[in-house]
Amino acid sequence: MMRIIEPGMRSAVQDFGRFGYLSKGLTRGGPMDEHAFLWANRLLSNHFNAAQIEITLGGFEVEFDRDCQCAVTGADVQLTLDDEVLNTWQNFKVRAGQRLKMGYASAGVRAYLAVQGGFQVEPKWGSCATVTRDSVGGLHGDGSFLKAGDELSFNEQNYQVSRRVGWAYRSDYQKTPVIGLIPGFQYDAFPMSAREAFCYEDYEVTKDSDRMGIRLSGKALEYNGEGLVSEGVNVGSVQVPANGQPIIMMNDRQTLGGYPKLGTINPFDLGRLAQCQPGQTVRFTRIEGKVAQQQLRRFYQFFNVRLACQADDNLRS
Amino acid sequence: MKEESDFPKLVSAGADAVIVYLGEGISVSVNQRVLAAVKAVKEQLSDVVLDLVPSYNSLMVYYNVLNIDEPEIRERLRKALADLSSDTNELSGKLHRIPVLYDESVGPDLARIADMNNCSVDDVIKTHTEQTYRVHAMGFAPGFAYLGEVSEKIRTPRLDNPRKRITAGSVAVAENQTAVYPSASPGGWNIIGRTSTQLYDPSSGTISPLNVGDEVEFYAVSKEQFIEEGGDTEALS
Repeated sequence: MMRIIEPGMRSAVQDFGRFGYLSKGLTRGGPMDEHAFLWANRLLSNHFNAAQIEITLGGFEVEFDRDCQCAVTGADVQLTLDDEVLNTWQNFKVRAGQRLKMGYASAGVRAYLAVQGGFQVEPKWGSCATVTRDSVGGLHGDGSFLKAGDELSFNEQNYQVSRRVGWAYRSDYQKTPVIGLIPGFQYDAFPMSAREAFCYEDYEVTKDSDRMGIRLSGKALEYNGEGLVSEGVNVGSVQVPANGQPIIMMNDRQTLGGYPKLGTINPFDLGRLAQCQPGQTVRFTRIEGKVAQQQLRRFYQFFNVRLACQADDNLRS
Repeated sequence: MKEESDFPKLVSAGADAVIVYLGEGISVSVNQRVLAAVKAVKEQLSDVVLDLVPSYNSLMVYYNVLNIDEPEIRERLRKALADLSSDTNELSGKLHRIPVLYDESVGPDLARIADMNNCSVDDVIKTHTEQTYRVHAMGFAPGFAYLGEVSEKIRTPRLDNPRKRITAGSVAVAENQTAVYPSASPGGWNIIGRTSTQLYDPSSGTISPLNVGDEVEFYAVSKEQFIEEGGDTEALS
């Protein structure tokens, strides 16, 4: 068992997400940074969908009452096991009674704590992903964040050899990221000036960003097209509200929306975007859907991701 | 105005989704085509589709990128949607009847709607229950169904100042649409009553039985019936 001593601001259980209920208005949830999440599971030879804890901006502490093996990936945080300083992006052994402590994120936003075998949390509609706005998932099933005293159980341990993620596979969260945009939705209805501004100007991530959307500030994007009737919104969709400041819709997005959209971010780059701290600059560049799709397929294949519709009945009925 | 032959129109919705537009604006006939598209896609593409999100005039198709690429799914969608069924009987949705306590304690905007439309509160209730509504879209929040169309006799704009918290089960009207709030949330629609029918409750695994294309009728119940069925009588202001 692992007990939460200091929960941090918005720590919550996430698996890969809740699929198959979008038509009922239930959003996907899941890790904001799939890249870091999938690496944490891989370091422990876990199933790709094994439940982890997503920790926002650090400031987190837990105590274990049994031996286990863990890994922390994502944001740059100082990690200590009792008095021993550990590296992130590697697996490590924990003995019963030890405390794992995470400092505040110096770069990046979201850290992932995985345990070998995954945390055992009862799924709701096929997933234990915590979605606060839908009051669903997580340790208590109601979408709430973890709090001090919460206890998470995990399965039998089967130790792995020491592993770490090579630098070549890690992102430098301090560098200005260049994020791919796949043109789509109302792209053709935006004036050339807006399309160019989005891909040639710098944008800044604002502090209002959350798991629903990464809000940007920068050159306002004009839209002179017709008003829109509400339609589906994908994770990564670049929504442009009336003030022209784009919002990248993230895992806890609304399933429908009525704002015009320039297109959708390359899913492979979304995790990097999720790691941008408020005030950080981001740049966008156009990418062909075909290229993004090949990249996504290779990424999923590398991590043995299997996609399936969890609401099978929903699709058949 | 675009020609009907412009539709279905397929547009990229990211690396793992395509959005299909079946027409323009909001109408039963376009929504009916959306429904026909849902049926065709379920029948012919269930091996590669992960999720479908129908709305007023569009259908979002999320697909499994591990099994199919964009050119291929576009090709299969074009084939599946080439000859959409026009047999509307076959496509008619289920009818759901929802009990409502229409009372000013739980429907604080009843009087406002009556005032703005020069009628009595009883007229508002009668008009709201006379109509059969169609589910045009589902979203915004889990289990939230957009129902149309509300009779012109009681159409009322959204509130200038949205309420910070609306009780779950609240029945609401905004312009030509009506809806039930499945869970407590902020909102700017006019609240006219409350239902005891649960439309979203993760703890019991309840999710709205409504689907796009279904029909909904509301009927008035007494306070006693409402309480008997487990309704929450806490007043809303």
